[in-house]
Amino acid sequence: MTTEHRQAAPPAKGGAVPRPTTDPSAASRSALQDPKEKRRAERRSRRYRWDIKYSPYAFISPFFLFFAAFGLFPLLYTGWAALHSSSMLTPNDMEWVGFDNFTRLWDDEFFWTALRNTFTIGIISTVPQLLMALGLAHLLNYKLRGSMFYRVAILTPYATSIAAATLVFAMLYGRDYGVINWGLDLIGIDRIDWQAGTWSSQFAVATIVIWRWTGYNTLIYLAAMQAVPNDLYESAALDGASRWKQFIHITLPALRPTILFTVVVSTIGATQLFGEPLLFAGDPSGGTQHQYQTLGLYMYEMGWINRHLGRAAAIAWSMFLLLIVIGLIYWVITRIIGRSTGEED
Amino acid sequence: MATVNTYPAPEQATTAGGPERGRKVRRNKAGAAGRQMHGGWLTYTILAVFAVGSILPLLFSVIAASHDNARLAEPTPPFWFGDRLFDNLELAWTDANLGTAMFNTLFVAGTITVSTVLFATLAGFAFAKLRFRAKNLLMLMVIGTMMVPPQLTVVPMFMAIAELEWTDQLQAVILPMMVSAFGVFFMRQYLVQALPTELIEAARVDGSNSLRVVWHVVFPAARPAMAVLGMLTFVLAWNEFFWPMIALTQQNPTVQVALTGLGQGYVPDQGVIMAGALLGTLPLLVAFVLFGKQIVGGIMHGALKG
Repeated sequence: MTTEHRQAAPPAKGGAVPRPTTDPSAASRSALQDPKEKRRAERRSRRYRWDIKYSPYAFISPFFLFFAAFGLFPLLYTGWAALHSSSMLTPNDMEWVGFDNFTRLWDDEFFWTALRNTFTIGIISTVPQLLMALGLAHLLNYKLRGSMFYRVAILTPYATSIAAATLVFAMLYGRDYGVINWGLDLIGIDRIDWQAGTWSSQFAVATIVIWRWTGYNTLIYLAAMQAVPNDLYESAALDGASRWKQFIHITLPALRPTILFTVVVSTIGATQLFGEPLLFAGDPSGGTQHQYQTLGLYMYEMGWINRHLGRAAAIAWSMFLLLIVIGLIYWVITRIIGRSTGEED
Repeated sequence: MATVNTYPAPEQATTAGGPERGRKVRRNKAGAAGRQMHGGWLTYTILAVFAVGSILPLLFSVIAASHDNARLAEPTPPFWFGDRLFDNLELAWTDANLGTAMFNTLFVAGTITVSTVLFATLAGFAFAKLRFRAKNLLMLMVIGTMMVPPQLTVVPMFMAIAELEWTDQLQAVILPMMVSAFGVFFMRQYLVQALPTELIEAARVDGSNSLRVVWHVVFPAARPAMAVLGMLTFVLAWNEFFWPMIALTQQNPTVQVALTGLGQGYVPDQGVIMAGALLGTLPLLVAFVLFGKQIVGGIMHGALKG
């Protein structure tokens, strides 16, 4: 926020538009002589003041109006709906049930399974993804022939939709004639029923996420790396620091804000995971044992398959609370890291 | 970080130099302030593996789309193209209602892109260059809204479209995505640096009102960022899945919704499914082949400013 241009001269209070006419006294004299001209000038200056005062609000209002209508209001109303029982068939008939929806979730083993799955899939998709992105960005930061080709190639999955990517991967992970099991067969490992096991199915879902997002995060890291001044590396090299040491002591600290940004964004994404597990099985159950059903998926199943919109809203609010808790944890961690390196951000 | 202060401005210092210095300038242009070390064979190998890994699943979907179900059910997967590609594409096109879906998606993504870019530029300009009350607080709110996950809003929004009888109507998908907090943030970051305040003042001195300033000064200055934001928004809108899936049905779907219908047949035809997946991604893939460089530049640029 420091880059703001505060030196912009504010227009003099109540003053008319600064006009190119040279002699102000002459202008005011003629204005005094002609009342019509005077009124017109007043009107113009009033319009100018209103313009300066209110047009910023006019410019930002579309965003806030749309956000209020489609973000803030539904967010709060979800909390209200979570205290009611309402069926998907008659969504606007709501019956007050208090915290019933929440207590029922508390006793619902599928809810806890979904919560646990969201965590584990989130971790096994986010951590390798960001680590690989960091490594790839480091490699792309070298002077390379055809570096643009590599950048475009690793970004291609970003253009693929959840639906298309998941359908392709579901086929690759097929039990009887999937390419991956065929490859495992080839090297003498038993075929795996990827959808059946807990870890195998979660791993499969995580790979789809990793495949789609690694390239995107790589480019974000690469951009941040290119902003690191080259002399830092040169002087470190003169001091005899190895490339690894340079990476640890120069690149990583310089990238800290960017890394935090990607971690937060990926966490939010992981909490919302929905399309991949839905399409991996083709239905919202998340596998026969619910072994890869995420919170987003469970919410969908509760609301749109089991038709309990109120309980779906309660799941949504639980997700919100979860995000707030995670946000607080990140905030504490950044404070601790910031203190230990003696910086304040 | 003390060395940063002694960092000279390299470009100006070296432009007047001899041939050797000239090369340095070009290098700086190519890689910004990036590292100048050359990558070794290991670097190329790893990058090649990842590049292939990124493209291979897509390539496989093309191959699989060119075979019939019987061939795909054999224990050894196909490694080369069959002759069913166009039949499968045709089947996917009719089965999944892809004609309607493509048109719908194009319309939805186009509308969302235009409105997002327009409103983000206006708001970004206000936050970057204008003075008004509670500006910092409002900007914080914009950033805060990026944290609201779509799941949190679907129940009431579903109730609303049921009440309005908008189920299956495209406006149910378009309206909630007309603005984007990221877009506002992105345009603000860009305009703070790219739009000289003097230019706005000059226009004001000439008697321009705010709308004229926006039209003649802000839009021209913002054009590169508008292009980037437009591309990113279009990709996002094209691939949007969660809300369209709830708001629309197979009768009037977007591409993503139509694709979910493909896999739900009694005996799903894998070749047709792959053909559908391919068709649904094709427009974006073509855009990637044509504008890959600009898209990569756009994402990196956005990241740099963010």
